[in-house]
Amino acid sequence: MSTLLEVSGVSVSFDGFKAINNLSFQIADAELRAVIGPNGAGKTTFMDIITGKTRPDEGRVVYGDRGDSLLKMSESKIAQAGIGRKFQRPTVFEDQSVFDNLMMALKKTRGPLAVLFFKPTKDDNDKVADLAEQIGLSGALHRKSGELSHGQKQWLEIGMLLAQDPRLLLVDEPAAGMTPAEREHTTDILREAAKTRAVVVVEHDMEFVRRLNCKVTVLHEGSVLAEGSLDHVTKNQQVIEVYLGR
Amino acid sequence: MTDVSLPRREPFALRFPSVMVFVAILALFTVGVTILSEGFGIGVISTSFVKTLGKTLCLCLVALAMDLVWGYCGILSLGHMAFFGLGGYAIGMWLMYARTEIIVLESLAAAPLPPTPQEVSDGIASQIFGVVGASEFPPIWAFAHSLPLQLLAVVLVPGLLALVFGWLAFRSRVTGVYLSILTQAMTLALSLHLFQNDSGLRGNNGLSGLQNLPGQSDVSQDIVSLWFFWGSALALGLGYLLCAWIVSGKFGSVIRAIRDDEARVRFLGYPVEAFKLAIFTVTAVIAGIAGALYYPQAGIINPAELAPIASIYLAVWVAIGGRGRLYGAVIGAAFVSLVSTWFTGGQAPDINLGFYTISWVDWWTVLLGLSFVCVTLYAPKGIGGLVDILIDRKGPNRHGADLGPDQGALREQEADK
Repeated sequence: MSTLLEVSGVSVSFDGFKAINNLSFQIADAELRAVIGPNGAGKTTFMDIITGKTRPDEGRVVYGDRGDSLLKMSESKIAQAGIGRKFQRPTVFEDQSVFDNLMMALKKTRGPLAVLFFKPTKDDNDKVADLAEQIGLSGALHRKSGELSHGQKQWLEIGMLLAQDPRLLLVDEPAAGMTPAEREHTTDILREAAKTRAVVVVEHDMEFVRRLNCKVTVLHEGSVLAEGSLDHVTKNQQVIEVYLGR
Repeated sequence: MTDVSLPRREPFALRFPSVMVFVAILALFTVGVTILSEGFGIGVISTSFVKTLGKTLCLCLVALAMDLVWGYCGILSLGHMAFFGLGGYAIGMWLMYARTEIIVLESLAAAPLPPTPQEVSDGIASQIFGVVGASEFPPIWAFAHSLPLQLLAVVLVPGLLALVFGWLAFRSRVTGVYLSILTQAMTLALSLHLFQNDSGLRGNNGLSGLQNLPGQSDVSQDIVSLWFFWGSALALGLGYLLCAWIVSGKFGSVIRAIRDDEARVRFLGYPVEAFKLAIFTVTAVIAGIAGALYYPQAGIINPAELAPIASIYLAVWVAIGGRGRLYGAVIGAAFVSLVSTWFTGGQAPDINLGFYTISWVDWWTVLLGLSFVCVTLYAPKGIGGLVDILIDRKGPNRHGADLGPDQGALREQEADK
């Protein structure tokens, strides 16, 4: 397995506060990884750096087979290179139908001219229908996504992410606000997705992480505190202090 | 494959019935006005009113452009009337040059020697620029002798200005109210520049006599007014079809998504700036074409037409008509500008309160301002929202939440279910 993403020695501070402090992180192709950590550990900032929303003060972020630096790329270029992101709060385009949302996310040329003259082929329609089935929204294709329940919006966003067909998926608290049954389905989708691509899941909920059954990275105060299996990191004295000591 | 109903690719007209309804109404209106006109019909509608109607159609076209850039893409531009004015200046230069050339040639024909080209050129220049104390053509008039080149300028000048300005503004991620202020500053700067006598466009005198078509002096204004009326109707019809096509497909999806949540669109991989720039430039070109049809009917253009207030009015029309629906923009522009003509033309009866007489010429702007505030507060769907009542279309119940986090995002009351 080759390394897909390598973050090394990255630091970023906001008004003097070090949100990320000399952080290093690696993930390989087709790997599932959970990132945990207490509030303010820098989990969201970490994702912001990878997706180009925040520029680090120092460090390197290298991605892909050719080892391109993500630090020089715009958000849209990074997304086109195959990094997809799901936000903590479900963000779908609420004024548009589920179909339109998925069609927009479908992996296609993203330039204005190509989009202007775009006509969905039968293949595209089938892909959208398949995705809708996978996320349990087949019956709601023509409803405006603003009408969906919180859980359904989470699903739709996961569906949009899969439609983008990314090589690296960054998922921020996917199970927030879901029922136990929905959580189980989400775990299945993520594990399925991780068979063909790299998936990074940021999560608070230990039970959910346990079910993912993967390597865990613990963040604390902007750096990696521990890494390994869930059992391994939960036995780590420092991790126990960080989580329970305060 | 499960059995899910995907939208079938029905013909464009069937998927968007409002487009066909609009085109049909516009066609009927054009035929009706022609039949009632003095030029080709029974003479119920005066020529000056035909011109008013023709001008109104041009205003509807620029409102359409405004709706595309603001209602669909969320960019509250306060510069589109400047693009409109630039289109007017571009065509006005040719109209004025060509007509003055005919007059100069006629007066020189009596001379014993045939005039040299230099004499002709000097004659035209002193005729046109006498009012600003100049007698030579400024460089920007280099193409004024050629109709095709000036027609090209109608498209290129607003288009290029929008392209350069938009590129600078969008690239720096200027959004929301800051972008509005920036576009307004551009409009003001342009207007102030044109007010100067050495701007090369006759300062505050502007260009005049544009209603006279060069070489058509024996055709009466009754006929000419109808030519421009038809031209305006055709432009509006084609413009409407173009806009409807742009917003109907995935491009429409993407720009509406940019309006509601542009950061999210970036993470989907769409180059948001390129989309904004494209829509800003295309609408500037539409505005320029509308202006080029408007000013020959108005007869005169001066820098006051480009003042920022004109662009603010444009936003008011679109808001009163209903943002984010094409026919709303057309209804808003037509309704407000016609009512405005009625009130400011002195036809509205004054109201005598005994101690004070409300004269509508002065009080109309107050009324317009009040109705703008009322529409924004109590009927955000505008006049176009009446259509929703007619066809029983419901709004969503989102407990007051907007449809996206951005400033331009559709409000709950503006959306439909």
